[in-house]
Amino acid sequence: MDDTHRRGLARTGAQILSGLLILLGSLTSSASAQDWVRTGTSLGVEKVRLAVPDFKPSTSDPQNSGLLKTFNDTFWNDLDNSGVVELVSKSFYPLQIPGQPAEVTFDLWNVPPPSAAMLAFGNLGVASGKITVQGWLYDVKNTASPQVLGKQYTDVATDDGARLIAHKFADEIILRLGGGIPGIAESKIYFVSDRSSHKEIWVMDYDSSNQRQLTHQGSISLSPRISPDGSRLAFSSLTKSGWDILVYSIDLNRLISFPRFGGTNLAPAWSPDGTHLALSSSRTGESEVYVCDANGSNLHRLTTNKGPDVSPSWNRKTGAQIAFVSGRTGLPQIYTMESDGTNQQRMTDQGYAVSPNWSPNGQFLTMAWTRKYGPGDPGSSDIYLMDTASKQWVQLTHDGGRNDFPFWAPDGRHIVFQSSRSGKEEIWMMLADGTKLHQLTFTGRNTQPNWSWK
Amino acid sequence: MKHQTLKVLATVIALAAILMLGACKKKAAPPPPPPPPPPASPTASISVSPDTIQPGQSSTLTWQTSNATDVSIDGIGAVQASGSQSVSPIDSTTYHLVAKGAGGTQEATTRLTVTQLPPPQAAATPSPTDEDLFGQSVRDVYFDYDKSNIRADQEASAQGDAQFLNQHPNFNFTIEGHCDDRGSTEYNLALGDQRASTVKNALVAAGVSASRIKTISYGKEKPFCLEDNEACWQQNRRGHFVYQK
Repeated sequence: MDDTHRRGLARTGAQILSGLLILLGSLTSSASAQDWVRTGTSLGVEKVRLAVPDFKPSTSDPQNSGLLKTFNDTFWNDLDNSGVVELVSKSFYPLQIPGQPAEVTFDLWNVPPPSAAMLAFGNLGVASGKITVQGWLYDVKNTASPQVLGKQYTDVATDDGARLIAHKFADEIILRLGGGIPGIAESKIYFVSDRSSHKEIWVMDYDSSNQRQLTHQGSISLSPRISPDGSRLAFSSLTKSGWDILVYSIDLNRLISFPRFGGTNLAPAWSPDGTHLALSSSRTGESEVYVCDANGSNLHRLTTNKGPDVSPSWNRKTGAQIAFVSGRTGLPQIYTMESDGTNQQRMTDQGYAVSPNWSPNGQFLTMAWTRKYGPGDPGSSDIYLMDTASKQWVQLTHDGGRNDFPFWAPDGRHIVFQSSRSGKEEIWMMLADGTKLHQLTFTGRNTQPNWSWK
Repeated sequence: MKHQTLKVLATVIALAAILMLGACKKKAAPPPPPPPPPPASPTASISVSPDTIQPGQSSTLTWQTSNATDVSIDGIGAVQASGSQSVSPIDSTTYHLVAKGAGGTQEATTRLTVTQLPPPQAAATPSPTDEDLFGQSVRDVYFDYDKSNIRADQEASAQGDAQFLNQHPNFNFTIEGHCDDRGSTEYNLALGDQRASTVKNALVAAGVSASRIKTISYGKEKPFCLEDNEACWQQNRRGHFVYQK
């Protein structure tokens, strides 16, 4: 247990001793600071041991081997990153691997060394420019009625086609084995990249493939936020009139009209039903949080404090609350309020806390927090997770660099964020308990990731 | 629920007991012998005079340290505990002194600004444009870390700016708000916006027409200086004046 956890526990103890029992009534145990995280993110369930032998060719087309490699790599990676299964190492697999149901020998899989509970297998073949994949998920301990899933997919015989089929079948398996929560293999991550020499908005698949540039503003574009239905991207951009909110249509591949409010307008955030945007604007002087309709009409102000109020994020489950950053007491802290601006509550107790993002189940905020901040006190900016009801927190990153802009995946089990730990700012992702950390971008500087809603 | 609360309480009591045991154990230990006096911490200072030169000219670095066994200046190398040295860099340079001793490490920095010579043809026809006059006369306003109020040592700059701008009522300009790169992108844009507004409000209060002034925040997007030290961060925390043609 490291210092931070100890501090977290000590803080928990202090809260109880000072009579805040009611806040903690819902906590099951303080033995491990992360138990409540694993429960709340459904990462605490016992992981199913899943064996995933490579899919076999079903035709003799020369394209098969390349597409099989793409498919098998993508499929394995999706399942490995899902956080809901424990993949059985390939070194434990029997020599004969099945490509279809008749080839499954149960007592080669359900006993040591593989000791698998589940087996995902199948075949892939190319014929006349089309790729066809047959895949099965078998409960190998239930030999009488083993089939959990049997699927067939057809797409164009390209790498993208093979990758898409792998994502779709992986998501079917994750839905069955991950407590009914849909997988994220078909989700996208929007982000800011300077690799065109200007900061523009880019998009990639959740596993970092298919990176492409969306905007061509030629100035500075920041804070991308995709709408819940995936059709529109709101972001802030430096235009001739200043920092404005712009809206880009994914369907039309161009900007669509959105009013200019005047002042510095930053960090738009969609309400979960897609009907409203929260944003910050300094149109009347200081930066305050506002809400408007999705088309920019009916702009109204929610905060009236001295000091900047920025970076709103809606409660993704209820749409009834907004978290935001306020400098009203000095260094920025995280606050929450009702979506009409009432009941403003401070969530963080010290340091420099920014970039709140509400979890899909409405229970958690993730944020970037430098708990010790100031000249001569060079704390590091790390990603934290906070239970909004109890304000109990846990630190998720520990490995150095500046970490900022955490954003939840739609499954509530993954968090994407920016980190300078590799020497320059890049996009990383991890499970919501801080494990399975890996880097997604490597070219240029890449920041402010935003995960699609599904 | 009640059972869970009891569980939490039990855990806390157990934790408290462990803490108390730990405390008792410390008390039970024999009193330690009086520690030897800790080695004195090093002190270090460095300055450069003059602090602004033109290319080809030289300036003198002077430094003093105490309680240090190992003293070095970046770009120069190991040096005596105290001394001076002539330097003539081509570009503006920050000299960073590190004094290490048994009592710790102390650092000090100073900055030598090298102004670039005007191009020869400009020297031949010395008729400064309005923009040149603006650039030579208006001084940027610097801010404290995470603050957007004009601090006492910057009020003279702001007042001088207001006086000059009131004498040249045809000059329109933009005030850019800038931040150092330590904070977060979005918050820094809001902070830079407040810095620009603060400078604008000070000028308007001193009689400069608001219609002549545009403000824009760059947050930490366009830093003046890229090093990771306080001298550089201070360069980046400013309201910067830009003449508007």
